[in-house]
Amino acid sequence: MTPKPEAGKCPGSGAIDVIVIGAGHSGLAISHFLTARSIEHLVLERGEIANSWRRERWDSLRLLTPNWQSRLPGVSYSGDDPDGFMTMSEVVDFISDYAAATGTPVRTGTTVTSVASLDGGFNVSTDRGDWRCRAVIVASGACNLPVVPSVSEAIPKDILQLTPLEYRNPRQLPPGGVLVVGASSTGLQLADEMQRAGHEVTLAVGEHVRMPRVYRGRDIQWWMHAAGILDQRYDEADDIARARRVPSPQLVGSRAQTFMDINLLAARGARIVGRLAGIRDGKALFSGSLRNVCALADLKMHRLLAAIDEWAAQSGHAVDVPPAGTFPPTRVPRSLCLNLDLAAGAIRTVLWATGYRPDYSWLDVQALDRKGRIRHDGGRGFLPGLYVIGLPFLRRRKSSFIHGAEDDARDLVDHLAGWLATHAPRSRTRVA
Amino acid sequence: MSTNQVSVNNGVNVEALLGAREALTEAPEGAKFTWRATCDWINGTHSATTVRGFFGLGDEQSHRTEFRFETDHPEVFASEDNGATPVEIVLAGLAGCLTAGIASVAQNRNIQLRSVKATLEGGMDLQGILGIDGDVRNGFDGIKVHYDIDADASREDIAALVAQSQKRSAVFDIITNPTDVTVTVA
Repeated sequence: MTPKPEAGKCPGSGAIDVIVIGAGHSGLAISHFLTARSIEHLVLERGEIANSWRRERWDSLRLLTPNWQSRLPGVSYSGDDPDGFMTMSEVVDFISDYAAATGTPVRTGTTVTSVASLDGGFNVSTDRGDWRCRAVIVASGACNLPVVPSVSEAIPKDILQLTPLEYRNPRQLPPGGVLVVGASSTGLQLADEMQRAGHEVTLAVGEHVRMPRVYRGRDIQWWMHAAGILDQRYDEADDIARARRVPSPQLVGSRAQTFMDINLLAARGARIVGRLAGIRDGKALFSGSLRNVCALADLKMHRLLAAIDEWAAQSGHAVDVPPAGTFPPTRVPRSLCLNLDLAAGAIRTVLWATGYRPDYSWLDVQALDRKGRIRHDGGRGFLPGLYVIGLPFLRRRKSSFIHGAEDDARDLVDHLAGWLATHAPRSRTRVA
Repeated sequence: MSTNQVSVNNGVNVEALLGAREALTEAPEGAKFTWRATCDWINGTHSATTVRGFFGLGDEQSHRTEFRFETDHPEVFASEDNGATPVEIVLAGLAGCLTAGIASVAQNRNIQLRSVKATLEGGMDLQGILGIDGDVRNGFDGIKVHYDIDADASREDIAALVAQSQKRSAVFDIITNPTDVTVTVA
């Protein structure tokens, strides 16, 4: 069921204090704290609640965080498998149940077409009417659009190109080889799935973050949570711009194997090549930097595990868990494949697992930087009354996770409440 | 150069580099540089390349002095060996770039270097440039760089220095990734 907006409001348009754009976990967490402070607001959702989780994920995907970690303000996981990983339909139920239980004032099927400054506030246009408001919280997600490098234009026309937003399962693929570009969580999971479906996989590997699923008997997320790593704040990070660009770790929501990494893919038959650096004369050219990106990932993983070991020793947890182990380094082929003739027929599909980005095409205010990213300071936009939530390392390392929404939403609503209290509305007389 | 209480000194002005990074983040057009070289043929395989001016920070810039590199081929190529082979200059460029990066990263990470020595090898099958076998490429079939580093740091921290230097190296990038090269004739 879809929760109804507060009674007495004009159904499709009007004036309201706060508009929240997006009814995913972030928007609902924001709504929770707005409701707690009795701040009048409405959540606008282009599709259904948890829309991206419903419609923009592949079939086999499971959350990368264990169930015990799935929580929203006031609600924790209550099922019987705390160490399991939610399927997408379970995530959709978790978020939808939350919206229903909290009575979130949400307007589904309402696509925001423009947000513009107006009289010290904002005018939010939708396909179902306009809203004037004093504050806008952008909770529309970090992964609306696939990032596809321009080199894709040079891929021969008879090769199918897919992005993870279009991919559902290997049945979409023509028979034959696949070039998976990108070796973060998405690329590795899909490469593995395609490989198990019988496709020969070539995996192009750039910078990545290697991480074991389980370390010293505990989930890696347990360690990062317990050691406070996930709570590290954006204003305490050495280089927040870089921290926000770090690709998602090579994790999969499964404990079937310790690592979903390059070694696993290679052992299952994948050809490991360097970053796709260009296409020339119909040949894909792969970078000779493969050894170094693998060395960097191994070094960073060992630094993380060393920090965990140190914390375990200091906090007394080291006695409860198995001793620190060592993991084999990433194995790089002795002889690197530096180019591949795309016209020779060995590659029938290219999958671009090269990242995602938000879609701000509807944001008609001076809110973006020259690379199209929303400018913000820990979620506070550079326009008074504009906020954003749900982006990587927005306020904390955990910001982009479902369980990261709570602390960020609380902070941002605290700030917003202060701002609303000190800035009286200038134009609240007209209701469309 | 800053003389504050930094105990580590690798001769790298990290404050200036970090300042430049910040300034160029705000004014990215200033980050656009053009490097130049001119080359005159002398005789046979012997040429002399000079560098002096370059463009950057929105303006013409110049080296303190003109630098000159003579290139030739060794006597086993029936040449006069008046200078390094061009491919050895490429190795020199890679070594110089990676080593400068190691010093800079070490300074930034507060690691004192005592000695850094790089030994480079580039393998090449002459059947490529001589046109004997079309399947053999002209260039290196691989480059090996080996570092011996004496520094106040763990083995792992030194490995991280070398890895980070590769990640940020222009010449490493030029060699490991394709570059669009346009050659014209007047």
